[in-house]
Amino acid sequence: MAKYIEMIRMRFLMMLAYRTNYYSGIFIYSINIGAYYFLWSAIYGGQSSIQGMTVEQMTTYVAIAWMARAFYFNNIDREIAMEIRDGKVAIELIRPYNYLVMKTMQGLGEGIFRLIFFSLPGMLIVTFVFSLQFTTNVHTWGYFTLSTILSFIINSQLNLLAGMVTFFTLNGEGLLRAKRFIIDLFSGLILPISFYPEWAQHVMHYLPFQAISYIPSMIFTESFTGDVAIKGMMFQAVWCVVLIVPIYLLWKAAKRKLIIQGG
Amino acid sequence: MFYVSIFFQYMSQYVKTKLQYRTDLFVEFLSDLMFQGVNLIFILVVFGHTQLLNGWTRDEIIFIYGFFLIPFALFASFFNIWDFNERYIVRGEMDRVLTRPVHSLFQIVLERMELESLLGGITGLVVMGYAASRLHMTFHWYDAVLFVLFVLGGTFVYAGIFISLASISFWSDARSSIMPMMYNIGNYGRYPVDIYNRIIRYILTWILPFAFVGVYPAAYFLRKTEWYTYSFLTPVMGMVCFTLSVLLWNAGIKRYRGAGN
Repeated sequence: MAKYIEMIRMRFLMMLAYRTNYYSGIFIYSINIGAYYFLWSAIYGGQSSIQGMTVEQMTTYVAIAWMARAFYFNNIDREIAMEIRDGKVAIELIRPYNYLVMKTMQGLGEGIFRLIFFSLPGMLIVTFVFSLQFTTNVHTWGYFTLSTILSFIINSQLNLLAGMVTFFTLNGEGLLRAKRFIIDLFSGLILPISFYPEWAQHVMHYLPFQAISYIPSMIFTESFTGDVAIKGMMFQAVWCVVLIVPIYLLWKAAKRKLIIQGG
Repeated sequence: MFYVSIFFQYMSQYVKTKLQYRTDLFVEFLSDLMFQGVNLIFILVVFGHTQLLNGWTRDEIIFIYGFFLIPFALFASFFNIWDFNERYIVRGEMDRVLTRPVHSLFQIVLERMELESLLGGITGLVVMGYAASRLHMTFHWYDAVLFVLFVLGGTFVYAGIFISLASISFWSDARSSIMPMMYNIGNYGRYPVDIYNRIIRYILTWILPFAFVGVYPAAYFLRKTEWYTYSFLTPVMGMVCFTLSVLLWNAGIKRYRGAGN
């Protein structure tokens, strides 16, 4: 366990070396959220609520969804693909740790870094500029924290899966890009799931994507409270467990495949 | 003349290498289509809940989006320099580029072209055609000329912004993490800028002039007379942006020092 914590720390320090970069990032992020804010205000026009969400809830939703994304987002799928192409993965495999856990921990280090140096100051600026609705309810904050951790796990699991698929294909670039678009659309990052037509919502209920962004953001805006919030987190937890199965199977197959290529 | 011939030689080499891996090409086409689909779905879903966006109808917004896709496709095919820092500066590849007999920026354009992105332009034409037929739009013969000018203007606006950002890496070795975010901001030029407040409208018009890639030129074809001044500024903005960015690039090149071995 200590070695994994060390990996989180190392990645954190590595990111710290590039921190100046993030100050400009905060500025750009603020413009980004600002533009979304006005776009949604225009979409609402005179309507006081759409699909049970007020315009204040909606803009808060957008802001928190993007800020939470800074925490759960990572590039471990790309890193895995690159390490496979360069052959580095062979050395990683003989080291005394689990390669996939190691990758996840690196992602976590990155996430914690962005949370502290990016999301928190960014959120502060955005709150000053736009009228966002922040709850003071301790339960909501607690639920939101838990839910965001779960969304990190699910997003990392999907990244691991996508990264491992590139074991089997020559060039995974297109595939990884496609995965990103699917996640942007179906996770609720750009649109709350409740805005989609009935049939689409029905389909998405059987997919893990809404656990990444939609559920934590809805909890934060208090569109999900009490039982609904708990049900949402159960949904996330179930997917966390279910996704372990394909990861395990694919990893076994991938290792076998790698041995054939080597030598 | 030398530039033109070398450009086509690189192009034919590129096509040959791409056709070698046809499945990859197919997957890339597909992921491009998905990217365009995501944005279209956003518009469609949003207009499932509202009739007008500050006075603009669904089909008008779709038309703007279709127009946007064309300069964007040209940009993505030839100015794919968002990872310039990592690819050229950090790895020391820039040393090699500087020894080549063409301008360094042109050399990078040649090396990084991604012709498959041009497909996005076709998608754009289809989307525009769909919107135009629903809006019963009419065109004059000279609209075709203006269309070409506006598309080129938009392409150079995009290129100018991204070349300028890439040039920054000559001064600071910060990694290019703001580039992906710039793609996001580029998206806001696709919506009528009058929905934003003054600051953001100003930024999108004069600082990061993404509005000249989407809404301003498209407003001309939608016959929104109040925006005509901006529409006709599009080619000018393209030229200004591009010229400035090349000057910045040239200034940066002088400061370039190889990154170790």
